[in-house]
Amino acid sequence: MIPFDYARPATVGAAVASINKDATAQLIAGGTNLVDLMKRGVMSPQKLIDVTRLPLKEIKEANGIIRIGALALNSEVAENETIRKALPLLSQALNAGASAQIRNMATVGGNAMQRTRCPYFYDTVMPCNKRQPGTGCSALKGYNRMHAIFGASDKCIAVNPSDMCIALAALEATVIVAGAKGERRIPILDFHRLPGDNPAKDNNLQKGEMITAIEVPVNKAFAKNSLYQKIRDRASYAFALVSVAAALDIKGKTIQQARLAMGGVAHKPWRLTTAETFLKGKEATVANFQQAAALALKDAKSYGHNDFKLTLAPNTIVHTLKTLTGI
Amino acid sequence: MTNEHEDDVLRAAHSRRSFLKRTTAAAAITLAPAALVKAAEDKLDEKGAEYFEKLPLQIEVNGKPYSLQVEPRVTLLDLLREQLHLTGSKKGCDYGQCGACTVHVDGQRVLSCLSLAVMQDGKKITTIEGLQNGDDLHPMQEAFIEHDGFQCGYCTPGQIMSAVACIREGHAKNDADIREYMSGNICRCGAYPNIVDAIKDVVKKGGVK
Repeated sequence: MIPFDYARPATVGAAVASINKDATAQLIAGGTNLVDLMKRGVMSPQKLIDVTRLPLKEIKEANGIIRIGALALNSEVAENETIRKALPLLSQALNAGASAQIRNMATVGGNAMQRTRCPYFYDTVMPCNKRQPGTGCSALKGYNRMHAIFGASDKCIAVNPSDMCIALAALEATVIVAGAKGERRIPILDFHRLPGDNPAKDNNLQKGEMITAIEVPVNKAFAKNSLYQKIRDRASYAFALVSVAAALDIKGKTIQQARLAMGGVAHKPWRLTTAETFLKGKEATVANFQQAAALALKDAKSYGHNDFKLTLAPNTIVHTLKTLTGI
Repeated sequence: MTNEHEDDVLRAAHSRRSFLKRTTAAAAITLAPAALVKAAEDKLDEKGAEYFEKLPLQIEVNGKPYSLQVEPRVTLLDLLREQLHLTGSKKGCDYGQCGACTVHVDGQRVLSCLSLAVMQDGKKITTIEGLQNGDDLHPMQEAFIEHDGFQCGYCTPGQIMSAVACIREGHAKNDADIREYMSGNICRCGAYPNIVDAIKDVVKKGGVK
């Protein structure tokens, strides 16, 4: 790890000022991803701004919206009674991620900011457009078993590794950010971006902005019927091959409204809007679930080692919906 | 809680630090050619490291307060092992994948290899060395011995720290629960069934404080 400076600002304003002033500065909270990346030389900030003492840990509900401070720990949010009751999908997704130790360190804001786990991004001797723009994508013709099937480009086929963000995408959360010019609200689906020609940029945060909170609207129908299903190489403590966050508003056998998002398949949380639209007003049957899954996979593209995801993904969608509706 | 003053203290030596940061110890040595040969003999690499900026750190480890000076890039694990000579916490992978470095910070289990020491200012750390009560082993240590919860023993300090926290968190209700909440601790010898038995035994005998 290269030497770096360290500062511990006492206010959000001071933290924002620090990253505005110094382009080589980087915020650090749990550090579970950043310290790892710094040890490997993938990221080398010259200054760390420790935000862990800022008063951004609160979880509170008001007017049907739950606001989660950016520094609330993943374990705190997953175990929080309000979250467990009103947003069980989020609690499940958080508990499906990482290990108990890491969830005790990682924050909600940090989770949304985590970088891809593409092995070529981590391997500093290999070309990677995300780590070193213009060098090429090693995964495209390399070992790409973990990689994207949606929205990738010829510059990058990496996936976003977050479980939390997949649940947040299904729940239509909003990311609240503070910058030099004040506060800005970004819908979660507009927060992360697709790689396009600039895979180095994971999200749409502007220079000098930091996440201060996440807001999630409460929907009682979804709270009753939601499930996060994660498929991985071992039973626990592994990144998703594919994951599905599903929430249904269901009356009798009829689906009033469906929310579906997938993880492990794209550079950002992947919302399955076509499948959602198809399921609206339909009966909860295996045939309908299969048709929805087929629609969801319409634009999928695989790269060799991840061909299996073209089968695993729709199967996981159907399995999740079957489990959720008990059929 | 941090206050503005503390931030000022941390910033105080900023200019010196910035210079040194861009002038690595090695480069600083080559800039002094007369002393070069002697420098190598005197292990100047180590001495050069002393010139990197250190920051104050107040920390309590196993009930004992420490007032230290640390470089920002020192992890909590390296601080414990290299500076405080508490070598019970193990460096398995050093990348947060194995759990051998698990310690408790303010009672919560965390990975010390991914924690920067300087960020733990004012916190209370418990390592495997702090678990026993005088000459008496902690019930979890006893249970690991009784149930053969290890073979080579390298992952054991992390397993035990995690196991104590697992019970404290209320995540040791059944085998599946224990396996899920102990998944951050890898055992290459495969002592998992015995580790689960050890944890269940401690729960049965009244849990942990």
